[in-house]
Amino acid sequence: MQSTGMTTKELRQKSVEYRKKILKYIVKAKAGHTGGSLSCTDILNVLYNEIMNVSPANFASPDRDRYIQSKGHTVEALFVVLADAGFFPEKDLETLCQYQSHYIGHPTRKVNGVEQNTGALGHGLPIAVGTALAGKLDQKNYKVYTLMGDGEMPEGSNWEAALTAAHYKLDNLCAIVDKNTLQITASTADVCNTDPLDDKWKSFGWAVKEVDGNDVAALAEVLKGLPFEAGKPSVLIAHTTKGKGVSYMENVLKWHHGVPSAEEYEQAIKELDESLSAI
Amino acid sequence: MGEQISTLPYKANLEVYSETLQRLAETDRNIIAVTSDSRGSGKLVPFGKKYPDQIVEVGIAEQNLVGVAAGLASCGKKVFATSPACFLTARALEQIKNDVAYSNNPVNVIGISAGVSYGALGSTHHSLHDYAALRAINNITVVAPADNWETARAIELAAATAEPVYLRFGKKPMPLLKEAGDEVFEFGKGRVIVEGSDVLIIGCGETVYPALEAAGLLKERGIAATVVSMHTIKPLDTALLARLAAATKAIVTVEEHSVYGGLGEACAAYLLQHGICKPFEIMGIPDEYTVTGSQNEIFDHYFINKKGISDIAERLLKNKY
Repeated sequence: MQSTGMTTKELRQKSVEYRKKILKYIVKAKAGHTGGSLSCTDILNVLYNEIMNVSPANFASPDRDRYIQSKGHTVEALFVVLADAGFFPEKDLETLCQYQSHYIGHPTRKVNGVEQNTGALGHGLPIAVGTALAGKLDQKNYKVYTLMGDGEMPEGSNWEAALTAAHYKLDNLCAIVDKNTLQITASTADVCNTDPLDDKWKSFGWAVKEVDGNDVAALAEVLKGLPFEAGKPSVLIAHTTKGKGVSYMENVLKWHHGVPSAEEYEQAIKELDESLSAI
Repeated sequence: MGEQISTLPYKANLEVYSETLQRLAETDRNIIAVTSDSRGSGKLVPFGKKYPDQIVEVGIAEQNLVGVAAGLASCGKKVFATSPACFLTARALEQIKNDVAYSNNPVNVIGISAGVSYGALGSTHHSLHDYAALRAINNITVVAPADNWETARAIELAAATAEPVYLRFGKKPMPLLKEAGDEVFEFGKGRVIVEGSDVLIIGCGETVYPALEAAGLLKERGIAATVVSMHTIKPLDTALLARLAAATKAIVTVEEHSVYGGLGEACAAYLLQHGICKPFEIMGIPDEYTVTGSQNEIFDHYFINKKGISDIAERLLKNKY
């Protein structure tokens, strides 16, 4: 583990700082997947600051832990966390979505710290399975994490990969589902209901746990218990709130890729600052 | 020509693939075959028995096959993702585009029983779109070796090359086009099999041999043909193409692929854009419901045989299009 030894309070503060930065760069770029970036912020915070053995210093090492973001569209959260981890200067994010910038609207390996180019949904898990298989073949101890959206659960390739992961007993693999219950059209339940999600993963041979995905302490505790069951891949269903931390964005569909106006941004920062003071 | 070389021992390129992979795996534990219930059709059963830790089976799930292959390749494995070309390059096209080519994971995508190799199994099992689809994707080399020698060299090169490669071949025994001697095989470098000044015939994969036979027939009619195995469809050997095209009187391309978007159109586009205009015909499978039958019957139906190719070459020389 690469725990930075942060207290729960410090982790919570970090999440708020990340959220402020996510909004800052989305507003500057006039583009971004706002709601989903805010829903997965705490997950990325805990992974990079408490759980994963990955850093700019060891990123070329074959022994590093791997993070593959299947829900690539919430790249703003990833970029902010990677910048904070020292993979690149945060000021680079000022070029987000600009002409010839590497900081585009989905993860790309041209950005230091990004493992795989993603963006099309249903791709992260199969790649993560191959990466975990390589670890088993080479008798490495690294773990592979992939973050998936609940909206991408209907992609068939996920379930193909789920079968392979269980077949090869990949207990070095952890899929995290950012279950914020909304996708671009409507609620995931209304678009294509994938509940009960836990039963589906269980029936595919995975060890399943659920957690409040916006509770950094709970996330850290459950992820420190990987694998959830020896000989099985683990999936963590993280119940999150889309738009988390900004009152007018929470659970509101339009913030899937809505960009705040100047006034809305000001209010969001005010709210986040208040929540920071309250920690 | 054709008659002479056909007496040499030969086998299906698919078998050569399997043998070559086994030979490479003897000294390289990073060689990994990934299959989608395709080890039998890919002739990889002996490989799997000999190297059980170097074969990954994902079941009939081609998208997953390519994604898993990409993950393995990103960890330094020399991956051969093996599945019938028809499924691999259609169902898993997005994985080839994103997880292999765009992410630059050096997977060797191996399309077996390509083109119309599956014959009477019908269009679901034909891959007549793969050159076109993959030519339009950045960062993947597209190769169709013609004979056993080209196949063995292509597999060796693919294993040694850390870049995405698509290789496709069929299951019909393919005669050696010529004794290669100390010739060096390179992706992107076409091979001149025979040389003649009247007509240029460019093929790839399993169409090069009938092209060579056609050259034999043409010779009997007093027409000298150059035959090229343009095994790499992308990147195209434009230097060779330009040199040979400038020196000939007519050009025929022949491929086991749709006439749209493949070798022929690649050659035509280059030549037209460089002012080299000769009587030109693209032979392949036309844009229609493909005739039913065996691979040989389908080839014959579309004149992809020595008579058909030589007749078209002769007609072009008479400036009849």
